[in-house]
Amino acid sequence: MDVLRCRGLRKEFGGQVVLDSLDLTVAEHQVVALIGASGSGKSTLLRCVNLLEELHDGTIELDGEEISAPGVDPDQVRRRIGMVFQSYNLFPHLNVLDNITLAPRRVHGRSRREAEDRARELLARVGLAAKADTFPDRLSGGQQQRVAIVRALANSPRLLLLDEVTSALDPELVGEVLTMIRDLKAEGMTMVLATHEMSFARDVADQVCFLDAGRVVESGPPEQVFGGPTQPRTRQFLARIIEAGRL
Amino acid sequence: MSTTAHVHSPAQRAREEYRRRQTVLSVLIAAASTAAVGTLLAVAVTGAPGWDRVRQSFLDPRIARDALPRVLDGLWLNVRLLVCCAIGALLLGLLIAILRTLRGPVFFPIRALAAGYTYTFRGLPLIIVLYLLTLGVPGLRLQGMPSVLVLGGLALVLTYSGYLAEVFRAGIESVHPSQLAAARSLGLTYRQTMRHVVLPQAVRRVAPPLLNDVVALQKDVGLVSLAGPIDAVRAAQIATAQSFNYTPYIVAGVLFVLLAIPLIAVTDQVTLRAARRQSGG
Ligand SMILES: Nc1ncnc2c1ncn2[C@@H]1O[C@H](COP(=O)(O)OP(=O)(O)OP(=O)(O)O)[C@@H](O)[C@H]1O
Ligand SMILES: [Mg+2]
Repeated sequence: MDVLRCRGLRKEFGGQVVLDSLDLTVAEHQVVALIGASGSGKSTLLRCVNLLEELHDGTIELDGEEISAPGVDPDQVRRRIGMVFQSYNLFPHLNVLDNITLAPRRVHGRSRREAEDRARELLARVGLAAKADTFPDRLSGGQQQRVAIVRALANSPRLLLLDEVTSALDPELVGEVLTMIRDLKAEGMTMVLATHEMSFARDVADQVCFLDAGRVVESGPPEQVFGGPTQPRTRQFLARIIEAGRL
Repeated sequence: MSTTAHVHSPAQRAREEYRRRQTVLSVLIAAASTAAVGTLLAVAVTGAPGWDRVRQSFLDPRIARDALPRVLDGLWLNVRLLVCCAIGALLLGLLIAILRTLRGPVFFPIRALAAGYTYTFRGLPLIIVLYLLTLGVPGLRLQGMPSVLVLGGLALVLTYSGYLAEVFRAGIESVHPSQLAAARSLGLTYRQTMRHVVLPQAVRRVAPPLLNDVVALQKDVGLVSLAGPIDAVRAAQIATAQSFNYTPYIVAGVLFVLLAIPLIAVTDQVTLRAARRQSGG
């Protein structure tokens, strides 16, 4: 069963082609890692899947339903997809609990009690139970990012999109977020994540997609993409990464 | 995060003792210098050659006592007008700011109207709006015409909401697009995003300038007296004309300042809190 199916995606920004006939399929419980140089289109792809960007061609299916079709309500689609950003984007005027319960209450019509109980349970699972009443500016970067992931999870999404969720973090805080993502994988969450952490991609992903200039140049299990890349562009990219000491 | 009883080291106790002494010292210095400046000013003013004449025509206690009730009556009008106009202008300003942010071609006329509104009423002098409404509109002799007071208040609301709308809009636009992306990605609709994410942050950020405009409004409400209703300043003017003495103006001035103090204090508080929040405290 495929949760996500993208066919021939095309996206331009002012004449610059950022996604170019891009295909991507994600099966249920699968974790797909998007790797590639800065500007290769990873964030744009995730934003397109979440209908935050308008497509210029191609189709996107979520659970077999075409969500890129005209007339589909994007708000309805986004309820079923969770997204976490590099810069956390927590709401600074709301405390942790209200950040997490906002969408369950306003979008999914949960009662305050119900939403808060679930939020506290999720927070406890990631060791942040004591922070429920804290405001985001009082949290460390790692804590903020874990709250942001919990906030996305509180909607019980079918699919979780993670856009370089550790890039803004100090090295010693990266671990706590990665651990959380590993746990999510163990629970069977379907995820697409853009990352610069190659060792993490190798470790957690079922499938790695190497993006270059808006195309998936190479994809496959991590052993294959990292161990024996067939495409010259992939080899170049990995060589540069190894040179920088990041693999 | 344990909060067990902690016994301060001698170094910390010495530090606290030093800080306490410094505080006492600075209070004493402030008191002494205030007294010195005050005395100097008092001597300089009361020693001036014309002081007796000024005191008679501006600071006559008997005339002040006589004028006080009438000026207070006028001030009550100012207060009522201020409260109604401030609430009206804030609500209308917020509405217009929101209309200006609506996207999509359907809303083009609404956006254009809202923009035109802010341009017009920020450009028009308040006095002209006031005269147009309080003198021009009654001239139409329509049925059920509201009183001059209501029309005057309306002029204030129209003018000030033009300013306040721009302040609100600046606040709305200062909320980073990533906040919108985060809210929309959670499935919130545009309206819910505005209501729960954008507006709370925007209003908090612009609360100081908004309150500042309310302080300015407090002084401008008196202009309705140009159209007839008697506010504090007009009452003082009448009393002055009767007694050939300027003391009633001083009475009105003092009352205005007293009225403004709480509002200004609140503004300062809010500004301070906003500044502290900005600096990531
Ligand atoms: N809103 C936008 N307007 C114009 N150009 C954009 C916009 N967003 C992205 N781009 C361009 O699209 C290209 C792909 O950007 P994208 O953010 O998807 O790359 P990325 O792979 O996520 O890079 P990084 O690893 O640095 O995050 C870049 O060349 C970028 O300049
Ligand atoms: Mg990116």
